[in-house]
Amino acid sequence: MKIGRVIGTVVATLKLPHYRGEKQLLVKLLEPDGSDSGDYVVAFDRCQAGDGDVVLLIDEGNGARQTLQTGPKGVVRAVCVGFVDSVDLAPAPKPFAS
Amino acid sequence: MKLGRVIGTVVAAKQLDCFQGEKFLIVQPLDENLKPDGEPLVANDTQQSGPGQMVTYIGGREATIPLGEPFNPSDAAITGIVDEVARG
Repeated sequence: MKIGRVIGTVVATLKLPHYRGEKQLLVKLLEPDGSDSGDYVVAFDRCQAGDGDVVLLIDEGNGARQTLQTGPKGVVRAVCVGFVDSVDLAPAPKPFAS
Repeated sequence: MKLGRVIGTVVAAKQLDCFQGEKFLIVQPLDENLKPDGEPLVANDTQQSGPGQMVTYIGGREATIPLGEPFNPSDAAITGIVDEVARG
């Protein structure tokens, strides 16, 4: 899974039939420390996320198909599945003494 | 999925049987600010989109699913035509 920040919504009228009724979010991917990773993804929404929310998202086909319950013909990859409240990072390991 | 802009069409006189009847488009990937980002790619069309339109496209194995022949080697497919990107 990945961490990202919702920065917008993508509106499309003409799309694959099983995309109807799904909200498509523009999500900027974040590093674990909260900085921008420089990449983004258009993801479906399963947690009612909105602009500015930091979300947990899956970017993998099988998990996305199960989450969206599309069946095996689902053309989906990225789905927002949760909100991130906080991230605790362990301190960087000390270099091994030579 | 990613955002892209259709910048051309590809016509292949000879192609794999599994691509018969499928349309190929050249898609310029866009970044989150809708600026061109990276090298153009060839994607299969599923939405009757044309040059100039902004689209969403999907890469990887999922790109093979919307095509008529299920066993095909496509690695990018257009999934929707974007009307608007509303930024927060």
